Parts: sequence; C-alpha cells; structure tokens
Amino acid sequence: MIGSPGVGSDSPASRAGHGILAVRAGSDSAEHAVDKLRLWKMMVQLRAYDERATLLQRQGRIGAYPTFWGEEAIQAATVLAVRDADWLFLSYRQNAVPVLRGLPPEQAWAYFRGDPRGFFDPSQFGCAPQCVPLATHLPHAVGWAVARRLQGGDEVALAFFGDGASSEGDAHEAMNLASVLRAPVVFLCTNNQWAISTPLSRQAAVDHLSARAAGYGMPGVTVDGYDPLAVFAAVTEAVDRARNGGGPSLVEASSYRIGPHATADDPSLYRDEAEAAVWREREPIGRFEQQLLGEGLLATQDITAEHERAASAMRAAGHRLDRMPAPTGEEMTAHVLAVPPPSWPGSSAPRFVTAEQ
Amino acid sequence: MTTSPAGPGAPEPVTLVQAVDAALEAELAADPRVVLLGEDIGRMGGVFRATAGLQARFGENRVVDMPACEAGFVGAAVGMCLAGLRPVVELQFDSFSYPAFEQIVCHLARYTWRTAGATKMPAVLRIPYGGGTHAPELHSDSPEALFCHVPGLVVVTPSSPADAYSMLRWAIRHPDPVIFMEPKRLYRSTRGALSADPDPEGLPRARVVRPGTDVTIVSYGPSVPTCLEAAEALADRGTSAEILDLRVLWPLDQEAVLASVRRTRRCVVVHEAPRSCGVGAEVAAVIAEHAMFSLDGPVVRVAGLDTPFPMFMLEDLYLPDPERIVAAVEEALR
Ligand SMILES: Cc1ncc(C[n+]2csc(CCOP(=O)(O)OP(=O)(O)O)c2C)c(N)n1
Ligand SMILES: [Mg+2]
Repeated sequence: MIGSPGVGSDSPASRAGHGILAVRAGSDSAEHAVDKLRLWKMMVQLRAYDERATLLQRQGRIGAYPTFWGEEAIQAATVLAVRDADWLFLSYRQNAVPVLRGLPPEQAWAYFRGDPRGFFDPSQFGCAPQCVPLATHLPHAVGWAVARRLQGGDEVALAFFGDGASSEGDAHEAMNLASVLRAPVVFLCTNNQWAISTPLSRQAAVDHLSARAAGYGMPGVTVDGYDPLAVFAAVTEAVDRARNGGGPSLVEASSYRIGPHATADDPSLYRDEAEAAVWREREPIGRFEQQLLGEGLLATQDITAEHERAASAMRAAGHRLDRMPAPTGEEMTAHVLAVPPPSWPGSSAPRFVTAEQ
Repeated sequence: MTTSPAGPGAPEPVTLVQAVDAALEAELAADPRVVLLGEDIGRMGGVFRATAGLQARFGENRVVDMPACEAGFVGAAVGMCLAGLRPVVELQFDSFSYPAFEQIVCHLARYTWRTAGATKMPAVLRIPYGGGTHAPELHSDSPEALFCHVPGLVVVTPSSPADAYSMLRWAIRHPDPVIFMEPKRLYRSTRGALSADPDPEGLPRARVVRPGTDVTIVSYGPSVPTCLEAAEALADRGTSAEILDLRVLWPLDQEAVLASVRRTRRCVVVHEAPRSCGVGAEVAAVIAEHAMFSLDGPVVRVAGLDTPFPMFMLEDLYLPDPERIVAAVEEALR
C-alpha cells in the first residue's frame, strides 16, 4: 500500500500493459467500516440503469447516451463514502449518480431524450447537474466548498472528472485554487484510459495522473477503480482529511472504458476491442460478488434476485419515461433569467413595444 | 465611513472608482453573503484601487485575493452562488475576462436555466474596460457585445459616479448574473455626488442625460462624456442633440430608444467597441424594426474600427471623438 504518487509506478503490478495500477491495494486495507451489501446493491442498481439506458437509446427512446459500464465500483463507493450533505460535481459519465441519491431514473433519462424536464434542483440531491464541457465543473466544487466553510458548514465537495478532462486548464486552475485556499474538496479522476479515441499516452506523460497532486501541494493516490472497497477507503480518507481542515486531495481511480465513448461511437476504429474484452471479463460487479460469496455475505440466488429486481425497476422507469408528455415551447424560454425583462426581443415573452402601423 | 472615501450623502463628490469602492463597501456591510474575489484586490486594493480598504474592514474571507486563474475564480463564483453566496468578481482588465469566457457562457449564464430555475446566479463580474488610457497591449478592449450575445446575462455600464454607485449596488442585489462594465477612462476623470439607495427590484433604465430635439445620440459608458462634448459643439451650430445613456446594454431599453427617436426622427449611435455586430448594430436594428417610418435620415454609427484595439500612439485615431460625432450627426441630418 503506497500512498505517495510516483512510487507505485515502479511496482510490477502497475506495469501490466494497460493494467490497473495496484498502487494501493484497498481491499485488504479498508480500515473504514463499509456496508458491503449496500455498496453491492448500489452497483447493481447502476448497472441496471446503464443497461436500460443503452437499450432505450437503441430503441430510439432517448438520444446519444454515455454508458459507464464498468465504472460502477467507483461511483457507488464514492457516494457511500461521502455524507448526504456533501455535494457531488459530476461529468456526463456520472449521470446516474443523482439516481443513487433519489432522482427518479426517468428524470435522468429525460435529459438524454432532449427534454428540459431532465433538469433538477441540485440542492435536492446534493448533485450539481452533469457537466458537458470537460473539467469546467471543478472550479464550481472549489467555490461551493469555500462558501460552505465561510457559512460555517463542514461539508465536502467531491468532483468527478476523467483522464481527458485532466488535461484541461480548468482542472489545473481548480486544483491549484483549492490547494491555495485549503478548500475541502476531493478531486476524483476516473482514469479509464480513453478520452473518446485518445489514449492516455496522448493525454499525459506521467505514469499516474495522481502524480500531478504533488505539483499542487496536495496528497495524491491511485487506486484500483474496479475494486469498490479500495475506492471506498481512498475516498473516505480524502473526504475525512478535507472535512478536518486538511485541504484537498486527488484520488485517481484506475479503470478501463469497456464500452464505447457513447452510443454513437465505434471504438473498433481506434482500439483493439480484444483489449476491452479482457477488461470486460474483470468487470467490477462480478468480481465483487465472488468476494461476497466467498465471505458468505451472499448466496448465488441473492445475486440473481437482486439483478432481476433492479432490472425490473429500471424497466418500469423506462415506461414512466414514455408516459411523460413532450415538453412545450414555453419550457424553452422559462428560467433563462430569474427576473426576465418586460421586453425581451429574442424570446416569445410578450412585447411591450409594438411595431408601427 | 472609515476606510472608504465616501458614502451616500457624503458631502464630498467622489470619482467613479471611489463610487465603486463605496458601493462594494455598502453591500459588504449590508449583506454577509457578499464576497469579493479577484487578483490583487486585498491589501493592495486592486490595480485601480476599486477595493481600497475593503479587506482591512471585512477580512480575508470576504475580500479574497485570487491566484492568477480567471476561469478558476469565475468558476468558483459559480460554485459560491450554488451555496447561496453573492460573489462580486473583479476581472483586472477587459481582455483578462477572456480566459473566463467558457465559465461565463457555459455556466454562469446557463445555470439557472439548466436547473429549471432552482438555482440563481447572483454574481457580478466587474470588468474595467475601454481605451484612452495609454495602456499596454490588451488593456483597452471593449468586449461588451460579446456578453450581450450570451443569453442569461445582464450587461450594464455606468457613465458617472452616481450611476456607478447605484447601479453596482443594484447589480449585487440582482438575482441574475450581471456583467458590470466599468469605463476605466472615467475612473478619475469626473466627480459626482452619490445617489440614494438603489431600488433592488428595478432594472436601471436608459436615461436622457441631455435633452434635445433635432437628433438622438445613443451611447453608453466611456463615450457618454464624449457625446456631451459633441452636443456642446452642435449647440453652437444650432443643432439640439438629445443624448441617451443606455446604461443597460442587455436587455436593451427599446422603449427609451424608440421614444426618443420618434421625437427627434434622427439617430446616431456611439461606442468605442468595434463597429460590426456591436451594440450600435442592435440599436439600429431595433429602430429599423419598430420606428422605420419615424426616421428622416439613416441611423449612423460612430464606433471603433474592426481592428484589434491599436497600440496606444494611435488610439486617439481609433476612439470616437467629438469631431467624428458631429460629422455623423451632420450625415444623419442631411
Ligand atoms: C471542453 C470540451 N472539449 C471537448 C469536449 C468533447 N468531449 C466530450 S467527452 C471527451 C473525452 C473526455 O474524456 P475523459 O475526460 O477521459 O472522460 P470519459 O469520457 O473517459 O469519461 C471529449 C473530448 C467536451 N465535452 N468539452
Ligand atoms: Mg477517459
């Protein structure tokens, strides 16, 4: 178990091709109590959501959809490791995270069918809306965290971003700013080795993105993103540090983007899909279930039952989506401004100025 | 008033930059949710001294010096709004708003919309802008039209100390994001007494700063005093020019523009931003759409050129001056 960046890159385990970088072996080191069954059920829920969403896209019921198949361990363990009052700042790849906090799946999917009713009140779920421009939500996490501290709160902001997003200027600015202000923020990088077609090697010249933390004066760690307990331990440690005034941290969850970038993408154009197939074999849910079976926490029939239950809940949510009527034109102009002006030339708002006869 | 040069009712007339300082001080004192962010705004009081004395009075948590990262701290302001604060951000110079443009367009302007109205973005971005100060390259731009074109922002600019004071206090209380463009050439050029408390509800309207009958000169911010000079010269020639200070660039006060133009039947628009697709183009379009048949002549624009803002030895050639405005009025009156 190695906490400091860079050291782990010398370990043989980290050198196995695109291998998951075993910089930190979380499963044996989780000091923090975790409800493993709850964690597993959240992962199963995410899987069911993701597979249903992909199906909805194939059936033409939603538009392009960014699948996160294989990233369930990172997302579920993180949601479990923070408190409900802590806010999560999401990229498109974490579109189901608000569902783990109570957003109805059909509302999350409404977003993907291009329906403004997919928008929600962030304060209701402690989740900022999924962010499309890469890394631009990271400074929001910093500002929110600083504001809460100023207001006397002890909440932590956690921002998800990807290996591609790590190259953006806003990621740098946010991490530096957070460190200068000692803001209670956790930067959680899902390094799934791909940014659309761009491999990690064209994104960064360091072995581990967590090495960047040193340049900001914050702790950085790389964990196995297919191991929910490892993620849970690392995020818990970073969140605790932030809450206790220790400032921000960078946690890199090593992963592999098993699926396409999004439903419209054909990864065979730019990568050897045999490689993805290897990772598909190692996907985190089956692996965690083996562990739970071994520990006697689960029986085989529990597994089948839970997957069926989750799938049928998502099927029902899909039907609710279909029953939502189409949005109206008024929803286009609503909420552009909190205080719309009386005369607004570019909207359908009533005009107070009349054309001359 | 221990740290700030003046407050409302202060006997001494103040400069525009002192009016900004006084407005910030008043809002910091009135509302604990107000925080200031920016480069060099703390001990130094900002490169223009617009925040002089404020960190000493309100502390480092309310007046927060930022590293050089405009995207980072405008983004942080968005996050602060999410938590219910009212950040007022100083962008040091016009051109240094550009690194924050993505945050402004993609988030500040859009957050209320993309949360279905559940969140408000009551941030103010203060941007000292415009030329005429013999400043280095990229310290004299007038980017207001860029912001006017972004749905979800309110864009305002004062032209006097009194307006700077009341409009900034209004902007800080307003629940939508306000781009507050400060005409830096006027920071110390004039003095004025400060007006009463702002009305937190009402968007400032355009204002006739000089009434007239023969032509309407529509302008704003740093060009208003130039227009007043031109109006004096025109008066000497027997032409009565009405000067309308827009004050709010988006949403445009169409009624005020149209009411004046319908009376004078002639219109000249003056700004120092590049001519094409500027605020003047919007004013001309509104007049063409709604008051075409009230006009007795073409709407004429006096503006900066469609070039980068020049090196300062040439800036007097670039900036609208009274002579160009007079010539434009003559064209409009022909
Ligand atoms: C500022 C910006 N540039 C480009 C894009 C287009 N784009 C969408 S996803 C993506 C790759 C992002 O990769 P990564 O950060 O690794 O996240 P992942 O998709 O792997 O979850 C790109 C380039 C964007 N969304 N935002
Ligand atoms: Mg990636």
